[in-house]
Amino acid sequence: MEKFVRQEGLVAPMDRANVDTDAIIPKQYLKSIKRTGYGPNLFDEWRYLDHGEPGMDHSKRPLNPDFVLNQPRYRGATVLLARENFGCGSSREHAPWALLQYGFQAVIAPSFADIFYNNSLKNGLLLIRLDAKTVDRLFKDAQGIEGYRLAVDLEAQTVTAPGGEGFKFDIDPFAKHSLLNGLDEIGLTLKHADQIRVFEAKHRERQPWLF
Amino acid sequence: MLPYSRGRIFFLIRPLHDMTARTLYDKLWDSHVAHQGEDGTALLYIDRHLVHEVTSPQAYEGLKLAGRKPWRVDSVVATADHNTPTRNWEKGLAGITDPVSRLQVETLNANMKEFGAKAYFPFLDRQQGIVHVIGPEQGASLPGMTVVCGDSHTSTHGAFACLAFGIGTSEVEHVLATQCLVMKKTKSMNIVVDGKLGRGVTAKDVILAIIGTIGSGGGTGYTIEFSGEAIRSLSMEGRMTLCNMSIEAGARAGMVAVDEKTLDYVNGRPMAPKGAMWDKAAAYWRTLVSDPDVKFDKVVTLNGAEIRPQVTWGTNPQMVTTVDGKVPDPAQEKDPVQREWMERALKYMDLKPNTPITEIQPDKVFIGACTNSRIEDLRAAAQVVKGKRVASNIKLAIVVPGSGLVKQQAEKEGLDRIFTAAGFEWRQPGCSMCLGMNDDLLSPGDRCASTSNRNFEGRQGPGGRTHLVSPAMAAAAAIAGHFVDVRKM
Ligand code: SF4
Repeated sequence: MEKFVRQEGLVAPMDRANVDTDAIIPKQYLKSIKRTGYGPNLFDEWRYLDHGEPGMDHSKRPLNPDFVLNQPRYRGATVLLARENFGCGSSREHAPWALLQYGFQAVIAPSFADIFYNNSLKNGLLLIRLDAKTVDRLFKDAQGIEGYRLAVDLEAQTVTAPGGEGFKFDIDPFAKHSLLNGLDEIGLTLKHADQIRVFEAKHRERQPWLF
Repeated sequence: MLPYSRGRIFFLIRPLHDMTARTLYDKLWDSHVAHQGEDGTALLYIDRHLVHEVTSPQAYEGLKLAGRKPWRVDSVVATADHNTPTRNWEKGLAGITDPVSRLQVETLNANMKEFGAKAYFPFLDRQQGIVHVIGPEQGASLPGMTVVCGDSHTSTHGAFACLAFGIGTSEVEHVLATQCLVMKKTKSMNIVVDGKLGRGVTAKDVILAIIGTIGSGGGTGYTIEFSGEAIRSLSMEGRMTLCNMSIEAGARAGMVAVDEKTLDYVNGRPMAPKGAMWDKAAAYWRTLVSDPDVKFDKVVTLNGAEIRPQVTWGTNPQMVTTVDGKVPDPAQEKDPVQREWMERALKYMDLKPNTPITEIQPDKVFIGACTNSRIEDLRAAAQVVKGKRVASNIKLAIVVPGSGLVKQQAEKEGLDRIFTAAGFEWRQPGCSMCLGMNDDLLSPGDRCASTSNRNFEGRQGPGGRTHLVSPAMAAAAAIAGHFVDVRKM
């Protein structure tokens, strides 16, 4: 897993509720057997005017000028501001891969879908839940103020606005620890291999038909 | 609550409850904790790992790169379903026209050869099919199990009182390597559907009505148990349809308690226990019910008798109404974020506010997907279609059975001939037009009556417009050329 370090970056506001993972990365790109190469196809159907397929030279495709990420003022954004239930739908881990490979380090929203939340943290993409009112405020500022940036501090669990105003966020302590240290979760779990084996033997005794 | 939602939500606070009483979810959870961490996370042991070609290649690659071996190969049951074509099977692998898709299917073949599995149903196998159809069909998902798959509709298997949920590719690798997942327990929700369902009202209508009520994020952070008279009355296949779309309500897992129907369905399946082992298993499985008077974190109650056939009008399953209803008017919505969302959806769907649902004319019809491609679904659709013809404005109507076994059964019953005589195409099994990773795609602007589970923008093909309905309603729309109340046919 990638380590998450303190981030200070440009904010892009994605002003839509219930953005699903089909929109984040359309199915045709799920045919790849690799973990990389998804950045150019983040939000593909909204971002380009034509229909994209794997293998195309995406840098030559016509951009949709109305799409928020195509506006010059949001170029290089690393913090995505989103609305409720972001990442709903399919379990495709390609969604956080695409967000990270595009350049986002953190997403702020009032709520996230469960599977997407897990998938993101496992890849070092920090998802921050702030209450709907605060998010609304941040939307107004990010849309109103050119070059609006936010600082995200995972250690302190804060998001800090340019004026110094801070917002606290919650995160599961285990996820925080893993993110801060970029831990190999499989390696961590395998430290308990003996316990898993003991459990497995008992489980087999109780429910032998499962084995 | 949104203006187009119906039903009532109750938050029950019951101070007097038995502290030792457990929900079905508690029981499934407790029986699988291999290690309890101090921070509230647990290592949850996984009994069944279902694998398909789209979300597994990177996991197997990760395993190889780290020099790790699968922990328990005989927990894995695999199939290729998302990329496989529904025609031209006689051409073999060459029938997969897209080389990128073909490579993904070949990669699964190679991984199965290298790492092994309890069972593998490859492309072209007579028992191949959609992973969530073949799991129960083969007895690979059994009551009391933890079932995972790199696919959000793994919730389907909860119909058998399993704790079944979708995972991402990193978690697929984690389960392969350790047989466990690092998990935190979710909150519990009981969705009670009381009363008797009316004629022509199916499990699909029930779950769409539930999603319309609690919203597509309503189940986020919860594990749902469905209960009540209307749920008990559903067949196992109906319960699978119900649990399948738990994820569309935001819940990773949904489940139904064990009853005699559960045992009857499981009994005799290829991977189900037999003889004395069956008796032992069945005795245990009968305990897989929530204890009476147990307290759930949230309770939602619907009256089953009030549920009518459902049709979605928007780009999220929550955007649903009854067949006798109308497309809602965003102008009536006070919340600006919701209003904007509805306006965007209507624009994408090319629909005007206040249009009666029965005036909407699909030009394609898809009967299939892990929601509704089992034998009872095909029987229900065939019954509507029998002796009639697909309307002239329908450009394409296809039936895609969920598995090879479903297909063979349907052909034995002559359902294929009923469909083809009416003008439907009868295809080979797979995910097909549910998400169009193969050649079965909507074209831009196409409007589809679909028995699948997602109506997201571009889901069935870029620019395609999806209306989610039950199999009988999809069949009725194909015949009438517009949505129609199947109860009046
Ligand atoms: S039928 Fe559709 S929802 Fe089901 S597993 Fe296949 S793609 Fe996913």
